[in-house]
Amino acid sequence: MNDALGAPQSVLVLGGSSELARAILRRLVARRARTVILAGRDPERLKETAAELLTLGAETVETLSFEATETAGHQSLIDDVFGRHGDIDLVLFAFGTLGVPERDATDATGAAEVAAVNFAGSVSAGIAVAGHLRRQGHGTLMALSSVAGVRVRPSNFVYGSSKAGMDAFFQGLRHHLEGSGARVVVVRPGFVATRMTAGLKPAPFATTAEDVAECVVRGLETGEDLVWAPPVLRWVMAAVKLLPTAVFRRLPG
Amino acid sequence: MGTEVLTGWGRTAPTTAEVVRPADAGSAAAMLASPGSRGVIARGLGRSYGDAAQNAGGTVVATAALDRMSWSDEAAGLLAVGGGTSLDAILRALVPRGWFVPVSPGTRWVSVGGAIAADVHGKNHHAEGSFASHVTSLTLATPAGTREVTPSDDPDLFWATAGGMGLTGIILGATLRMLPIETSRVRVVTERAADLDDVMARMSSGDAGHRYSVAWIDCLAQGRALGRSVLTRGDHARVDELPAAARQHPLRFDPSSHLSVPAFVPGLVNRTTVRLFNEGWFRKAKSHATTIEPISSFFHPLDAVRGWNRLYGPGGFVQYQFVVPLAAVDIVQTTLQRLSALRLPSFLAVLKRFGPADPGPLSFPMPGWTLALDLPARLGGLAAFLDTLDELVAGAGGRVYLAKDGRLRPDLLAHMYPRLGEWKAVRDRVDPQGVLQSDLARRLGLTLQRRAA
Repeated sequence: MNDALGAPQSVLVLGGSSELARAILRRLVARRARTVILAGRDPERLKETAAELLTLGAETVETLSFEATETAGHQSLIDDVFGRHGDIDLVLFAFGTLGVPERDATDATGAAEVAAVNFAGSVSAGIAVAGHLRRQGHGTLMALSSVAGVRVRPSNFVYGSSKAGMDAFFQGLRHHLEGSGARVVVVRPGFVATRMTAGLKPAPFATTAEDVAECVVRGLETGEDLVWAPPVLRWVMAAVKLLPTAVFRRLPG
Repeated sequence: MGTEVLTGWGRTAPTTAEVVRPADAGSAAAMLASPGSRGVIARGLGRSYGDAAQNAGGTVVATAALDRMSWSDEAAGLLAVGGGTSLDAILRALVPRGWFVPVSPGTRWVSVGGAIAADVHGKNHHAEGSFASHVTSLTLATPAGTREVTPSDDPDLFWATAGGMGLTGIILGATLRMLPIETSRVRVVTERAADLDDVMARMSSGDAGHRYSVAWIDCLAQGRALGRSVLTRGDHARVDELPAAARQHPLRFDPSSHLSVPAFVPGLVNRTTVRLFNEGWFRKAKSHATTIEPISSFFHPLDAVRGWNRLYGPGGFVQYQFVVPLAAVDIVQTTLQRLSALRLPSFLAVLKRFGPADPGPLSFPMPGWTLALDLPARLGGLAAFLDTLDELVAGAGGRVYLAKDGRLRPDLLAHMYPRLGEWKAVRDRVDPQGVLQSDLARRLGLTLQRRAA
């Protein structure tokens, strides 16, 4: 169960090798999380994270293979996890791909791959998870979105639009689950220095996985539906949305 | 019957359940015969602060209709009531006829079933013990059938039910030993205490002279004023102690709620409002005075404000109540120091000196000091603060109160309640299939978990 201060006891992570997920899990295990299921693509990294979480106090950590684009298998994979572990208090959607922005702008296959992972994968797994949360009458679905989806920029519009789609999907899912006992939290980090962004020039208000994790865990405790990391981005992005197109297009980066 | 979102009185951790409202005891008991895969829990008036009376994805049996009330032996003061009967209903019916409940918590809005399941205590714990000590028998619906349980014929089940948080069955009814009173007033002695040592010394030496005693501490007071408090002690007034005008109707009882908090308010509890309130409250109290007060204002001051829990805003609040042995005074001191150092906006904390425990393995009261604090849940940083307090409390041989809990670390439970294993054995005997379930039970691992078929 999630406790009165938003701490889960069991967590399923889709995209379990993500650095953001790992930073968040460290903090959740320090609180109440004792069962963690890591679903992802990179078995080595999953094992590494699993081993770390066990040393931090988790009691049951399982790793399994999850492919965002194999949507046909999502329902049965999610069914299996809930069937074997019972209640899952928090499901973290942490998978995603940045693609290769310059290439994807002109490459149909690359662009479709980004959309398939970030958007279609979220929709498919999101619906499968929502059914279980509704049945168990409680639980939090947390989706790692991005500020890139708030106002899609020319430099990475394929990635940005896929995040805009998944962000809108989870906002809609929140309304759909109203009254079910399940909660949907959308997290919008800014530029995070991770493997995914290695080699890219950091954008303004760049942050780290550790700082994002701190914002996320605090958001769970204080009951936020929408978490910005760093928090100042809430106001920065509100301003960015109001910029005239001619100015917006010329923003650096 | 329908799906409803439920929380405790603190309005944290909402979950949904099918809420059924059986019209009588028979249909309430029948709910245990064909439970769904996520089990059943009873819910009275929803005054537990945390997740004790909710059951995510399962069934919640609302007991409000189980509200019968009749004398089983009036001369002996033995009253038979339904599990859903509220203390409010009992007091309205019987105070005018010269009877008071043997133990009253800080609100009349609790059901008898809830009062037994949480084994509630009141300001008379030092003298009279907790609620279940005044219950002579109870009617308990278990998955194996309905039975009468008394402390003499099945002490294990009786005392596992007292404080058992509803996890041994649905309390359909009970017989209470009522207290005869001459008037509906209380003779109250109020004293201001300068600090924690002062109030504790007064309680240690003087509580025995009064049936009721409690102190309210200003949590924002710091330094030498740490623990400054107002100690109120009282006894049921005799007719000759009433003012002449009141002697005509010595048992008049008409408590009312004059104020109501609207359904949607922003959180009004913050450092500024709490500071102003606490300061005004301390200055208003006389340094020493004796007054005659109505039962309702002495026992249930917050009942005058309907929905006072909404003052904390949509984020809700946590009530933290612990007890530590009498020798562990330092834990109370440390708690107040940390609270005031962090400037956490807690309204008055309540301090009480408990008397002997009753035999319930999960019953909260034990001889010692108990302190209760209300804190807004959305402060940020509260989780770590309370986790630290839990460790101090457990380390000192103390415990937290499950009726208020929504966040205890599960592995500390067995330290705080060393007879937990004994309780579980009795529980599993009457409910081997794990039909009785609640969010509290899942969170703390109190029951066997059923798997969805």
